[in-house]
Amino acid sequence: MGTWVFLAAGWVLLTALFGLVTSRNLIHAIGCLTVAQSSTYLLLLAVGYRRGATAPVYSDLTPGTRPVVDPVVQALALTDVVVGATVTALLLALTIQLHKRHHTVDPQSLTGLKG
Amino acid sequence: MSTRARLVMFLLAAAVVAAFFSAACAHLPPFATPDHPYGERAVAAALERRTANVVSAVNFDIRAFDTLGEESILFGTVLGATLLLRRARDERHRRPVAERVMPTTRLFATLLLPVTLAVGVYTVAHGQLSPGGGFQGGVVLATALHLAYVAADYRALQKVRPLVVLDVADSLAAASYTLVGLAGLITGGAFLQNVLPLGTFNTITSGGTVPVLNATVGVEVACGLICLLAHFLDQAVEFTGPDQYEKTGDR
Repeated sequence: MGTWVFLAAGWVLLTALFGLVTSRNLIHAIGCLTVAQSSTYLLLLAVGYRRGATAPVYSDLTPGTRPVVDPVVQALALTDVVVGATVTALLLALTIQLHKRHHTVDPQSLTGLKG
Repeated sequence: MSTRARLVMFLLAAAVVAAFFSAACAHLPPFATPDHPYGERAVAAALERRTANVVSAVNFDIRAFDTLGEESILFGTVLGATLLLRRARDERHRRPVAERVMPTTRLFATLLLPVTLAVGVYTVAHGQLSPGGGFQGGVVLATALHLAYVAADYRALQKVRPLVVLDVADSLAAASYTLVGLAGLITGGAFLQNVLPLGTFNTITSGGTVPVLNATVGVEVACGLICLLAHFLDQAVEFTGPDQYEKTGDR
């Protein structure tokens, strides 16, 4: 496995950025941004993984009997998910307003400013 | 800029990012390494505070101040969406009409609604014990309510969703997180310090302030998400723009 798991996160990020750059639809672009963000989950969870480990929850696990994956990066991934969801919600709200005022969701046809 | 030029620029930038990222990955600790100094310290701290779910202990005890920021982001998003999605001057309000629902869909959603509500409450309440917590349980609770929309129609959803109450509950939950933090400042000496008795390990009252903060986040996420979705659904179901209502023949 080696570093391939980390490199996969970079691949997901670049694929999403490619979609973002070539996008002709803002909804599609927001989807690409979400994919770009999920590459960070992949990286975080890969960093926290331990071989043969289980979830860091001791409700039915005696402490010390089994290794657990890193809970710090799991908490960071949770923060990441929340922030990602809020950003997506606000961008979608902006897109709705944009469609109302300019009647388009294509970023390339948004040229002039309009009051 | 032409599409081609944009693509060439992206590929150049992507090559640079890929090169630096690969170089950085080569210097990371090896994948699946048994050595996790921060993780081990977090586990030790969580067990010392008698919180069975270490991720909750990290979020609501060790990094509780960060979670305050996270919760504020969510609150800010609800405010922002309310502002962005309010009714414009040239839009009309349309009464939602009854829709036909397949009987199997209605049965399925009606059966699942109480089950999903119970699962949501369970996930929030057991956040410090089993996988889950305020953020996850709040999302399940908000989803449960929207099963009313699937089972019947928009008018049924409006009946089970008192938006004013939820708005106030959202703000109160967001504020009470800070109040729990201030309680730590008054009695313990530090903001968001764990001040309540720690209780017995692996029971619902264990962990001191962790279950309290967890519950405030659960309420805030559930209420905030329902309000957020309400504004989006209003746009789709209730509002008609000046060019739209000529087509539908309203008024």
